[in-house]
Amino acid sequence: MNLPWLTVLTLVPLFGGIVVAGLGAEQRRLARGLTLAFSLVGLTGALCLWMHFDATSGNLQFVEKHDWVPSLGIQYFLGVDGLSLLMVMLTAIVVPLSILASWRIDDRAHIYNALVLWLQAGLFGTFTALNFFHWFLFWELVLIPAFFLIKLWGGPKRGPAATQFFIYTMVGSVTLLLSFLAIRLATGSFDFIELADMAKRSEITAKLGEAIGWKSHIGLLVFFGAFLGFAVKVPLVPFHTWLPSAYAEAPSPVTMLLTGVMSKMGVYGFLRVLLPIFPEQIRLVLTPLMWLAVLTIVLSACAAFAQRDLKRILAYSSINHLGYCLLALFAVAGAAAGINQPELQKAAALNGVLLQMFNHGLTASALFLFVWLIEKRSGGLRGLEDFGGIRKVVPVFTGLMGIALFSSLGLPGLNGFVGEFLIFKGVFPLAPWAAALSTIGLLVTAIFLLTLIQRVFCGPLNARWAQMPDLTLSERALVFVPIALMFVLGIWPQFVLGVIDPTVVKMVQQLNF
Amino acid sequence: MLAWTIYISFIGVLVLMLLPREAARAARIIALLTAIAGCVVAFAGAIQQSNPGEVTTIVKVPWIPSLGANYFLAADGISLVLVVLTGLAAIAGILFSWNVEKRTKEFFAFYLALIGGVYGVFLSFDVLLLFMFYELTIIPKYFLIARWGSTRKEYGAMKLALFSFVGSHLVLIGLIAAWVVARAQTGHASLDLLELSKVSFPLGFQHWVFPLVFVGFGILAGLWPFHTWAPTGHVAAPTAGSMLLAGVVMKLGAYGCLRVAMVLFPEGVRMWQGEIAALAVIGIIYGAGVALVQKDFKFVIGYSSVSHMGFVLLGLATLNTIGLSGAVLQMFSHGIIAGLLFAVVGRMVYDRTHTRDFNDLQTMQLGKLLPFAGVTFVLAGVASMGLPGFSGFVAELQVLMGAWKVFPVATILAGLGIIVGVAYILRAMQKAFYSDAPPGKFGHDHPLEPISVPERIGAVMLITASLVIGLFPGLLLNWIQPCLNSPLFERLLKGGSL
Repeated sequence: MNLPWLTVLTLVPLFGGIVVAGLGAEQRRLARGLTLAFSLVGLTGALCLWMHFDATSGNLQFVEKHDWVPSLGIQYFLGVDGLSLLMVMLTAIVVPLSILASWRIDDRAHIYNALVLWLQAGLFGTFTALNFFHWFLFWELVLIPAFFLIKLWGGPKRGPAATQFFIYTMVGSVTLLLSFLAIRLATGSFDFIELADMAKRSEITAKLGEAIGWKSHIGLLVFFGAFLGFAVKVPLVPFHTWLPSAYAEAPSPVTMLLTGVMSKMGVYGFLRVLLPIFPEQIRLVLTPLMWLAVLTIVLSACAAFAQRDLKRILAYSSINHLGYCLLALFAVAGAAAGINQPELQKAAALNGVLLQMFNHGLTASALFLFVWLIEKRSGGLRGLEDFGGIRKVVPVFTGLMGIALFSSLGLPGLNGFVGEFLIFKGVFPLAPWAAALSTIGLLVTAIFLLTLIQRVFCGPLNARWAQMPDLTLSERALVFVPIALMFVLGIWPQFVLGVIDPTVVKMVQQLNF
Repeated sequence: MLAWTIYISFIGVLVLMLLPREAARAARIIALLTAIAGCVVAFAGAIQQSNPGEVTTIVKVPWIPSLGANYFLAADGISLVLVVLTGLAAIAGILFSWNVEKRTKEFFAFYLALIGGVYGVFLSFDVLLLFMFYELTIIPKYFLIARWGSTRKEYGAMKLALFSFVGSHLVLIGLIAAWVVARAQTGHASLDLLELSKVSFPLGFQHWVFPLVFVGFGILAGLWPFHTWAPTGHVAAPTAGSMLLAGVVMKLGAYGCLRVAMVLFPEGVRMWQGEIAALAVIGIIYGAGVALVQKDFKFVIGYSSVSHMGFVLLGLATLNTIGLSGAVLQMFSHGIIAGLLFAVVGRMVYDRTHTRDFNDLQTMQLGKLLPFAGVTFVLAGVASMGLPGFSGFVAELQVLMGAWKVFPVATILAGLGIIVGVAYILRAMQKAFYSDAPPGKFGHDHPLEPISVPERIGAVMLITASLVIGLFPGLLLNWIQPCLNSPLFERLLKGGSL
């Protein structure tokens, strides 16, 4: 069986999108059905990959490597390791959920669904491509459908929100591109794996200086270019200002995709590109980076506390959760002198990062799904003060959303806990001060999430919602999937850890030099 | 075989002139057939050429022996790329001017004459011949704009003609000087590009002649600050005219810079390298910045051409293989994409709404009325932004890579230009097609004519071309790169091999 599995996986939604877009506006049902079918094919494909993946190895698997444009060092190079596989799986799970959630979007449904499929294709591509050119193609491909999904189907202020989102991301992309062109010029390679090997031998900075000049400053400059590209996408404070309005204005099923998967592209970039290729530069500016991560965690939690719109609260909370990933990531990059078994701590922290990425994708998209359900019932209202006491009329909804909220809060037994626990377990010995400061973020998160529960679900019932219908059977079935996964991962994290651990160990070894 | 691209076009002109005045339909079909024939010949000839790295002679007969002038047509990989571009652009231009009703046959006669001249420039390897074809293109350009144009058409046409003439005179002075010096040095008169390129002109001579010739050609390539003809000319021209102006005529200038100015005076280039790069970067940023604040849709695209041609000039200024190959690819890419953008603005939008003012367009919800135009503009727009997958990306990628080596600061500034480019495309897209402004009274009382079949074919053709080259740039790079390693470019690149 030498089928190019990863190519097929990426091409299915790409062509699916073309088919769906060609259906025309009248055949809504067919368009939706086909979209769901294509996304389920994607899910099946991802499951097959998961089954056939050799979990004892941290090496790249299902590798496809062909020359593309030899004179420019461009190769068609695909492969997955534990990290990529996990992200592919997350994409495959979240996209069908989002498609089901948006079942009732009637306005130009064929285009909407086609855009979602293209977005999925872009995500699959981003998470599997290992040559800069090939990877960048998909990285940018994701941007276009996301932009139009916000721009055409969003809330009242969608125009500016979409533009801001696009411009911010493009600025990051351009600096990232310039950096990689400099690297290609200096090293003659676009290949992430090859570049990581060169970085391990500390060759990249020297070569950059040789090819371009400016001594060692060029290394730092190139690093910052690439850093900006990923920092905007995650986002890291202070590059986050596009996010709250984009998340709030996008229709909630799209926000599920934005927060569930697209924000992971940034973290993925940090793990796949920045950490292996620029370890020297990260070490040079480690303290400021740690501060940025701490600020991201604390400030976004405080900002979430100050918000009055459910979606904005969750948007800031999303920044907060990914802040932990970056905190651990930077801590791992540090030299870690004088620490007991630094490799063990680093592996714990990195395992935490990967787990947190998956968990956050699952939980955050589930939360936006709940907001979507409540928006449908309230006619679009989603202010913190608009509700009150609705647990009496919609007990099932309350219970299930409560589970998701507690998972986001990091309650033991649910998935959120394991990731954050591992992160803190690793970061405390590596960078005690940063870990200590970040716990403020944990505290504030607890406060605002509990406030949310209190304002929306508890207290006297707002008479306006006395007739609010509870979840229908199909909606229950829909939210059952993420909720079940939250329990599974909370109780038996080995399910994921087993797949990613060899990869993580290999990444940590890569950092040793 | 490739020479037939020129002859076919001029035969088409003759046939059109013999047609009766009323036969508009026949004129269109003849023009289209001529353009298709030209394009087929261009492709066939290009594929037939076994070694694109070498200058392959097509025809060489003595013309004015006392001056050393020959009728010398030849092609190497760079010519092939541009000839193929011309073929594609010619077909697209005709498809997008299917609705020209006013003196149709004359319109297409001028159009084909322009195309024939352009083919001629790209295939001439005799300096005088090249110059003749170059001059020949000015006349049809002038009449196309002055007769069939819009918005201050006499002004735009006159400005374009005057700028072109000034440019060609600079070139002429430089070439005469080169001819005199070369004859004194070698003892016999020659206007053969290949022979002239072997002459070592004195450094002091190159120092003043090179800028003369380079600027002379650069005027037509939109070299800042001599670019001012471009926006007004593009805006005044009829759709097909602006497609050709941006698509191929600006390439004539850039081609002249590379083929004549840089190849003949390699030391001159090195002396002025920094200045050229500076002007190119100013052009990139200035063009993009000005495009960002335009009220007229077509001016946005007009200035965007100045910005994109800045990348060509920056690539030329790098003087290394990768930068030059990026510059040539950018010529092709911009030819395709700018053509498409002008087609959307001029044909799909302006011919239907009779306005290009963003304030009016904003109230029309064109994204819903003309979905095909909206999608085409989005695709052309993202291609123009330089998104990967489209030809512009591979071209700008090479230009920037080459520029990193020589001008790191300019590279970073050019990156800024790309970002502004993203902004103006988004703004235009937003205002013209997907505005949230409340619908106005305009446009709703009379439904817009739907997008016609020729328009669809033209749009699909150009988008496909851009995508194919974006995904398989090797198709053209296999022609361009061997060429840059050939003896013709040896002296130019010897200082900056990469």
